[in-house]
Amino acid sequence: MRVRCTVNGERQEIDDVWEGESLLYALRERMGLPGSKNACEQGECGSCTVYLDGTPVCACLVAAGQAHDRDVVTVEGLADEGELHPVQQAFLDAGAVQCGFCTPGLLVATHDLLEREPQPSDPEIREALAGNLCRCTGYEKILDAVRQAATAKAGQE
Amino acid sequence: MTTPTRTEQDLGTDIAGGVGESPLRPDGTLKVKGEFAYSSDLWLTGMLWGATLRSPHPSARIRSIDITEAVRTDGVYAVLTHDDIPGDNRFGLEHADQPVLAGDVIRYQGEPVAIVAADHPETARRAVAKIVVDYEVHEPLVDAERAAFDVNAPALHEGGNVLRYLPIRKGDPDATAEVVVHGEYEVGMQDQAFLGPESGLAVPADDGGVDLYVATQWLHVDQKQLCRVLGMPAGKVRLSLAGVGGAFGAREDLSMQAHACLLALHTGRPVKMVYSREESFFGHVHRHPATMRYEHGATRDGRLVYVKAQIILDGGAYASSTPAVVANAATLGVGPYKVKNVVVDCYGVYTNNPPCGAMRGFGAVQAAFGYESQMDKLAAELGMDPVEVRNRNALHEGATMPTGQVVDSAAPVAELLRRVKAMPLPPETSTSDDGYDLRLLPGGVSNTTHGEGVRRGVGYAIGIKNVCFSEGFDDYSTARVTLKVTGGDAVATVHTAAAEVGQGLVTVQQQIARTELGVEQVVIQPADTGVGSGGSTSASRQTYVTGGAVKAACEQVRARVLRQAAKTLDLPASQLRLHAGKLVSADEAVVAAVVDVLGDETITETVTWRHRPTYELDEKTGQGNAHVQYAFAAHRAVVDVDVELGLVRVVQLDCAQDVGKAMNPDAVVGQIHGGSAQGLGLAVMEEIQVSGGVVRNPSFTDYLIPTILDMPPMRVDVLELADPHAPYGLRGVGEPPTISSTPAIVAAIRHATGADLTRVPVQPHHITGTH
Repeated sequence: MRVRCTVNGERQEIDDVWEGESLLYALRERMGLPGSKNACEQGECGSCTVYLDGTPVCACLVAAGQAHDRDVVTVEGLADEGELHPVQQAFLDAGAVQCGFCTPGLLVATHDLLEREPQPSDPEIREALAGNLCRCTGYEKILDAVRQAATAKAGQE
Repeated sequence: MTTPTRTEQDLGTDIAGGVGESPLRPDGTLKVKGEFAYSSDLWLTGMLWGATLRSPHPSARIRSIDITEAVRTDGVYAVLTHDDIPGDNRFGLEHADQPVLAGDVIRYQGEPVAIVAADHPETARRAVAKIVVDYEVHEPLVDAERAAFDVNAPALHEGGNVLRYLPIRKGDPDATAEVVVHGEYEVGMQDQAFLGPESGLAVPADDGGVDLYVATQWLHVDQKQLCRVLGMPAGKVRLSLAGVGGAFGAREDLSMQAHACLLALHTGRPVKMVYSREESFFGHVHRHPATMRYEHGATRDGRLVYVKAQIILDGGAYASSTPAVVANAATLGVGPYKVKNVVVDCYGVYTNNPPCGAMRGFGAVQAAFGYESQMDKLAAELGMDPVEVRNRNALHEGATMPTGQVVDSAAPVAELLRRVKAMPLPPETSTSDDGYDLRLLPGGVSNTTHGEGVRRGVGYAIGIKNVCFSEGFDDYSTARVTLKVTGGDAVATVHTAAAEVGQGLVTVQQQIARTELGVEQVVIQPADTGVGSGGSTSASRQTYVTGGAVKAACEQVRARVLRQAAKTLDLPASQLRLHAGKLVSADEAVVAAVVDVLGDETITETVTWRHRPTYELDEKTGQGNAHVQYAFAAHRAVVDVDVELGLVRVVQLDCAQDVGKAMNPDAVVGQIHGGSAQGLGLAVMEEIQVSGGVVRNPSFTDYLIPTILDMPPMRVDVLELADPHAPYGLRGVGEPPTISSTPAIVAAIRHATGADLTRVPVQPHHITGTH
């Protein structure tokens, strides 16, 4: 089947999509956007988190066909004209990136959290990011990064 | 003789981002942009997808394999079995005892039987499902104790089921003591659970060889094994490190490497293989489950007289690194304590359970749960504070290990315990001002308690780990460092084959080059087999050994720059030094710029660097200087336990660790955080549940690793007591925090509940006493 959607502001049209293919597979293998990660492909780890019409979803649990005529934003779409988004910069600065495989999903999840709650408390951060597994950092520096990103965003506005 | 021109230049500050600072990782920007190329992200035009057929049975004989229907499937390019392996159908890190594709015998559930290449991953998976294997199913041997001691148990391999037995004997084996405590402990099978699945891309080359881009911990040991399987010389099997999504020991053995190369060479097309999470649970080795019996004898004032231990490690179906894991569990089996009389018997055995091998902590984790549980038991028996009983027996520099090895650098055991004990405790109750906050209670938002039945507990533990490879292993790394002028600046390039797996080795390599060469710009070349081996990214060894190699190569490059400058300037090289891109004379004057001395020349030095030698252990007494360096970390855990439901919330987890020299303080703390989290996982949640040799929970739905809700805040205290034998005085960092985290948490749960917890992970029914 043919799937048409908008990804990171660009029109995408992909052909010969098998009905069982996930949005994650379509992004990674058909659109050349491998930033969203394939750590579990069963909706447990959050490393494939993308926005679908503004709502964060696990791209592995969305069929490619479900994205037809819809708007997708991935980690590759967070930076603005080469300038890192404050959330990306904060993850980098705080040392919240080790192997980095969980990072794309955490960035989208954090981006979403700060859109909803610009100054989250620690329990709110933990609750919001509980669906994103990280095996390297023990999450301490991820919490630091989210706090730093919140401060940086507040300064921008 | 002309006098060199002396400029009135300010020497300026040091080059930023050197050793001891925390510069940002060079791969960080790509990683936050989603542009870092992990091994599962690779893509080539015309590439095929590989898939693996694995045995559903833990023990069986293959009567026949019928690939007819699979081959006929549209889009399938190859279906290969053991008959199609050009070289030797065996691999293994220490013993090549594992088939690449099973021939006639199946020894564990998940053993690869056949591989398929197709033009779509789903086509490959469906073709796999069409392969018909006729199995004669056997009763699996799954009891490690039986494997160790029952001579009538079926032998999995020639030579029997005891892969390694290592006794340690020190002092009087019949020593007696006033106070004796016994304990039997178990450690479940933990998974490394890296997030980036096993994956890579094999590309057939024009010379008949193959280029493999893969996530691994040790390119050269992969290459060596692949050459044997493919029947090719090293020059034709070239490996490059693709982006690695975590490792923790699970990438030390081959997974898809040989399969992808076989399919690529057979089809003449690039072949990509990416495991699913389920397959990943079968695709790599795990942490050895352990059964341990301990007896500690002490004086009434809490001084250890003797320790006796029997440790049985279930190595599963193939050897992997079991012999080395046995050595660690045995030699570190009494912990960081001075004990005059020691009897340790450690066994690593073959069973039909999943193969076990390297995981962060490597044998030291299992033993620590045993000996630290015993130290708490001894404290309770003596009515003594658990930290005090540890202090009275604490290892220190100059003390002797059970192996007879004298600890010849800092061993601040008592100091680390003192530091974690002195840290402030969290508030007494986990409630907020306006009553309870479910998120802070055991059971969380499941709303299982509002504070009733919740008890607070505090526990301590300390662990010991050897750093680098031991027992006489020729442990080395190679670094090629180049210095030349690019774009008007002196730029250093560092090339090693050492695997960056997320820990930050690339950052540390840059820092070392900046410090040694005084240049700001350092390019880290991709790791590949085009340079000599970097050794494994394991045993907390890379900053020590590859760091040592980079330092040594930089020193040689620097010496050449100084010699060259000395010639030009007509000054003795011994009176020159490099500082921030300048040559400085003995009287602190800037006499030349490095860029001017270099001109058009490229200076390259390649150095193979070794740490001081280690020695084999006596096979009857376990005596010998087997280890290069010891490292220590201590934890204090604070837990809240719902004693009615057996639910645990770790409230605070604090750590003090000696790192010799914090090469990159932020990265050091990151290692301590992450290692502690994996120890928390083993303490209260992580276990591959195996029953009858069959894995029951191969998914992230059923195998739980800590989330951000499970990990508590951590205070971290880093000591820097230099080891004079190590580069910069550094001590390996990665593993120690995983070791003491687990027993500290279990001690805290015991303190909260009074339950006699003897198994990790602790499950609710262990706490409630129900079944």
